Parts: sequence; C-alpha cells; structure tokens
Amino acid sequence: MTSLTESADKTVDKSFDDTTVTEAIEVEHTATVARENRETVGEQFVDTARMTCRDVDVYYSDKHAIKNVTLDIGHNEVIAMIGPSGCGKSTFLRCLNRMNDTIDGCRVSGTIEIDGQDIYHKSMDVVPLRAQVGMVFQKPNPFPKSIYENIAYGPRIHGLAQNKAELDEIVERSLERAGLWDEVKDRMEQPGTGLSGGQQQRLCIARTIAVSPEVILMDEPCSALDPIATAKVEELIDELREHYTIAIVTHSMQQAARVSQRTAYFHLGDLIEVGETNQIFTNPRHQLTEDYITGRFG
Amino acid sequence: MSQPLEEGHTIKRFDAELSHIIMLALEMGAMVLNQVRSALDALRNADLSAARQVIDVDYRVNALELQADEEIVSVIARRGPVARDLRLTIGISKALTDMERIGDEAAKIARMTEQMYETEGSQPGKDLKRDIYGMGKLATGLLQEVITAFDMLDADKAQQLALGGTEMDAEFESSLRRIATFIMEDHRTVGHAVDVVIIIKSLERIGDHARNIAEQVVYMVRGTDMRHLENGAKTVPGAARNSPPKHPR
Repeated sequence: MTSLTESADKTVDKSFDDTTVTEAIEVEHTATVARENRETVGEQFVDTARMTCRDVDVYYSDKHAIKNVTLDIGHNEVIAMIGPSGCGKSTFLRCLNRMNDTIDGCRVSGTIEIDGQDIYHKSMDVVPLRAQVGMVFQKPNPFPKSIYENIAYGPRIHGLAQNKAELDEIVERSLERAGLWDEVKDRMEQPGTGLSGGQQQRLCIARTIAVSPEVILMDEPCSALDPIATAKVEELIDELREHYTIAIVTHSMQQAARVSQRTAYFHLGDLIEVGETNQIFTNPRHQLTEDYITGRFG
Repeated sequence: MSQPLEEGHTIKRFDAELSHIIMLALEMGAMVLNQVRSALDALRNADLSAARQVIDVDYRVNALELQADEEIVSVIARRGPVARDLRLTIGISKALTDMERIGDEAAKIARMTEQMYETEGSQPGKDLKRDIYGMGKLATGLLQEVITAFDMLDADKAQQLALGGTEMDAEFESSLRRIATFIMEDHRTVGHAVDVVIIIKSLERIGDHARNIAEQVVYMVRGTDMRHLENGAKTVPGAARNSPPKHPR
C-alpha cells in the first residue's frame, strides 16, 4: 500500500516541476505621475491633425496664462478641455481663432497652425480665419434680427451665396444641421431673441455652421441651458462631428465624458494630461487629473 | 498612495460612503475566511454541530453581499464615480461575488462533512483526509493573504498572489492521484474518496476565487486589468499608452 502511494507521490513531484517552469507573466503598469510634475502626460499628438499647437505661451501683461502647451487637434474629433477656474482652458480655446487679439496686453507666442497654415502669421486675415474656426459662446448671443437674418448674415458678408436661392439653401441646411429647422421653419421672420435659451444656442451653432467652418470652438455652450436643452446640444455636437472638428471647454466633467473622444486637463496654465476620454475617466495617469475629476481638488 | 483610496473628496459624505463599502467588503472577506476555517475544523474534529453551524450562518454572508451591492449601486447612481472611485466600486462589486462563492464552498464542505460522518456506513480513513488538510492549508493561507492585501490595498502583493497558485494546482493534481491510488488499493474507500474529491475541488475553487479577488485589488489600485493573462493575453490592455509618442514635435 505504501509503495503505491509513494510512487504516486513521485509522479506528482515531477509534474509539479513542470508547472513551476512555465513562463513568467509580465504585468506592466505605470506609476501615477506626482502632483509636482508639470510636464504634459499622455498623447498630445494625433495622426491626422487639423490644428497643431506647438509651445504655445500666453501672457496677459505679466500674468503667464498658458505655459508651453503643445497639442494636436484631430480631424472630426471632439476634444474637451477641462480644469478648475483660471486654469487657462478658455484662454487656450480663444487662441485657436485669435479671439485674444481683442484683449489689451495679451501676447501669444509659439505656433498654432490650421491645415499647415500659421494662424498668427502677419499675412493671416482674421476675418476668414474666424469663419474657418467658428465659435459658440457660453450665453446664446443671437443678433437682434430675424431668425433668417441671423443665419444669412455670415454667408452674405463672406460672399458664400451668388443669389437669394443659394442663400435660402444655406440657411435651411444650417438650421437642419443644428436640429432647429423643424422648430423655426414657419417663423423665419420672427426675431431670434424670441426663441427659448436652448433654441437660441442652437441658432448660434447654426449661424457658425452657415459660414462652412472646419473647426467649431465652444466655450461652455450649455452652462446657461436646462438639462433637456443641454441634451439636445450634446446630441448635436455628436452629429456635427461627422463634418467638423470641435473643441469644447466645459465645467461639467460629465459633459466632457459624454461628448468628447479626447480630453485635455489644464491646471494653472499647464496642460497636465491629455488622452482618450475613456482612459482619462477610468485611469488618469496624473495625480492632478485624478484629484480634479474625482472631486478631490484643493 | 499618499492617502487611503477612498478619502479626500470635497464632498465628505462621499468619503464615508466609499469607506463603508470597503468596510463591508472586508467584513465579508473575514467572515468567509472564518467560514472556510470552521468548515475544515469541523471536518478534522468530526464535529457535526460545528459543520451545521457553518451551513446555518451562510445567510449572513449573503445578507452582507446584498447590503454592499445596494450601497455600490447607490454610489454609482448618486455620485457618478470616476477614475479610482469608479475602479474601487466596480472592483469591490466583483470581489463581493467571489467572496460569496467562497462562502458557498465553505457551506458545501460542511455538508460533505455531514455526509461523510452521518450517511456513509464507516468513518473516513486518516490517510484519505490528509489530502484535505494540505489543500485546506494552502487555500486558507492564500485567502488570508489576499484579504490582507485588500485591506492594505497592496497592489504588489496582490499581483504576486494573483499570478501565483501553481503550488495549489500541483497539490490538487497530486491529491487526485493519491486518492485514485487509494481507490485502486481498496474499493471500499470509494464512497469517502468521492466525498474527499468534492471537498478538495471546493478548496481548489476557493483558491481560484481568492486569486480573482487579488486581481480586483490590482485593478482598483493601478487600473490594470490582469484577468485571463494565463490564456495568452500577455499584454495588459491600456499598457500601450505608456509607449513613447509616435509623432516627433
């Protein structure tokens, strides 16, 4: 009896040796980047860049508002910029169509290109630039004119329509893309300011679209809207991605998570981390990003 | 980690809610570890009332699971956890399932103990039971270490435990061979031998569940998903983003 058991034990010992020599499994992991580190973490570059920003610095007089930011914005992507108040996200957004030119004492250095063209070059005319890179603001700001005129104004001054029929078509297409056509088609001559807040914001988006932009910048486009109007604008953003590149600044992290493919986190003028939205919200690599999005900031 | 995983929110109640979920999970871990130990002690001492006790208190493990799950759902619904808060809630939710299964396996061992001593005509032989103790020691040892790693949120230790386990697999194999040998030598042991096989299979499952919990600890702390690595998925998803940028400045 014992002999049988012993021989069984021996075979087992052998098989035990076999299992122990199996290849060791490598598990890679990256440690979280410490709060003190202000180098950008993550994927700043994309394969198909619509806009490229290199070493961008912005000063308001003495204040260093944006510190050496390098970032690509890809074709047909929604990139969200998040961060606490005063982190520079809106300043950075405004650099992308030279809205900062209007601010006294504001200096921008580094290069920002759209489709390879330097937008801060001396020969660059800001009027067509701002058609190419449109902007939607926090509070809806329709012109005090009819709904039709709100949309038709841009194409008219940029000479995008040869005749009334073409202009009508641009107005209709823009309102359709902005998801507003069915709601306003029977009241085109009424003032744009008579629409609800959410409708006004979509009117402003339609107005931006009307001049055939490539990039649409949105600075907290939903902060003055109720949840239903917000949902409509967010749905619109997702649809617009098919034709345009969208950069959106938002205070709502849930909104950034919902609408964007990439997220950039700014902190005191530094671009701290940029990456796929999914990764940022499940496993951010920088401690500051994690502190902010989990509500541990300050 | 400079501070406990759940602390530091501007909203203090969020800290408290996460902390309570962790506490429930640890309580459940300690409870099932105790259940497995009690089941093994009952078997060793042929103590049928102790075995019954293990079966009877399994409902407490189940109740803890329900309570913890309810709190997790509430945190997800009301706080919208992201990043490590999200990983903590999801990781614990998965670990709870494994803990509950461990409790079930402990109850199963207790039921097999009752069967061995009550319904089979004879007492099981000492040699036959020896294999249970070997497996039992490995399973409870592993479970204890995993729960400690969970308590300390020690990802290094958890990773090591999750990748280990070859010793236990080997012990399981060798136990099966020895039991087969016993059956070959004496056919009358077959009834008890089957009971013993079921028990050591339970212990082997407990080891697997413990390793699953260890994997969840690694996920909670580091965000790396290390499940199914042994099945050929050698690179951890998400590890690719650590590679240097493709585009020169």
